[in-house]
Amino acid sequence: MDFILKPWPWYVSGPLITLTMLILVLFGKTFGMSSNLRTFCAIGGAGKYADFFKFDWKAQRWNLTVVLGAIIGGFIAVHFLSDGSPIQLNPETVSDLNSLGFENVGASLLPSEIYSWDSILTLKGISILTIAGFLVGFGTRYAGGCTSGHAITGLSNLQLPSLIAVVGFFIGGIIMTYFLIPLIF
Amino acid sequence: MKFLKFLFVGIFFGIVLVKSEAVSWYRIFEMFKFQSFHMYGIIGSAVVLGALSLWLIRRLNVKSTEGQTIQLPEKEKNYTANIIGGAIFGLGWALAGACPGPMYILLGTGVFSMLIVIAAATLGTFVYGLLKGKLPH
Repeated sequence: MDFILKPWPWYVSGPLITLTMLILVLFGKTFGMSSNLRTFCAIGGAGKYADFFKFDWKAQRWNLTVVLGAIIGGFIAVHFLSDGSPIQLNPETVSDLNSLGFENVGASLLPSEIYSWDSILTLKGISILTIAGFLVGFGTRYAGGCTSGHAITGLSNLQLPSLIAVVGFFIGGIIMTYFLIPLIF
Repeated sequence: MKFLKFLFVGIFFGIVLVKSEAVSWYRIFEMFKFQSFHMYGIIGSAVVLGALSLWLIRRLNVKSTEGQTIQLPEKEKNYTANIIGGAIFGLGWALAGACPGPMYILLGTGVFSMLIVIAAATLGTFVYGLLKGKLPH
């Protein structure tokens, strides 16, 4: 049982993500997490402002159920299936982050420099989370999907638009990581 | 009851992404710095196995549990939107260290500040819906 409590290697995790996609496909659905953001908008009455949100959101209840499950899965994984092992990052990554002022790198899933309440309750902290979230939500719908819809499902289904979107993901990600994060922190 | 199976798929997905560390901000930073094979191994193996499986599903004409022929939606060929939207998404992904799936999962791990990110992402989607007709696609 010990191996379950340790972090899982890529060659276990990757195929299990494929399995997640395949189960949804076999249920006659598709794997796409960002579609739920559009559903949230529709539930909130966004259809009054744009036709993009005029659709039968009740037909998306299955996907909202997946979201609910994912939240529960996150809870189960950290409380019952983890031994608290630190993340085995490349030492170069750790030293890069140390030099940007990040401490305890890899001790938990997320840096307290971004996600702790102390950080959020500053103008800079709340701006970081708000801008980051906004870019994800705007970008994913503009691109037509996120990591699950484009990178996993779209690439598996040999879709050229997905390949282009994934190239876009990396252009944005590299600009943020190499140029903007060093300016922000 | 018909939703119960989807609840279990979600639970499974949440557990896998936490145990793979794909929900970690640090792993995303490391990936974009090309300093580890970990995330590339996860995505790469998922895609290769996914492509093989979808090929096999078509080849064997496997039906869904609803009895339908399995037909994945074709992605719209809006290449300008794919690349620009993708880059905007990438900026946010690298800063938040989380894409939409991990946002929900991390909320479950007890990171309640993720609610701010989810709310902002919903707002971003709303603004896209308002501007859709004016943006190049």
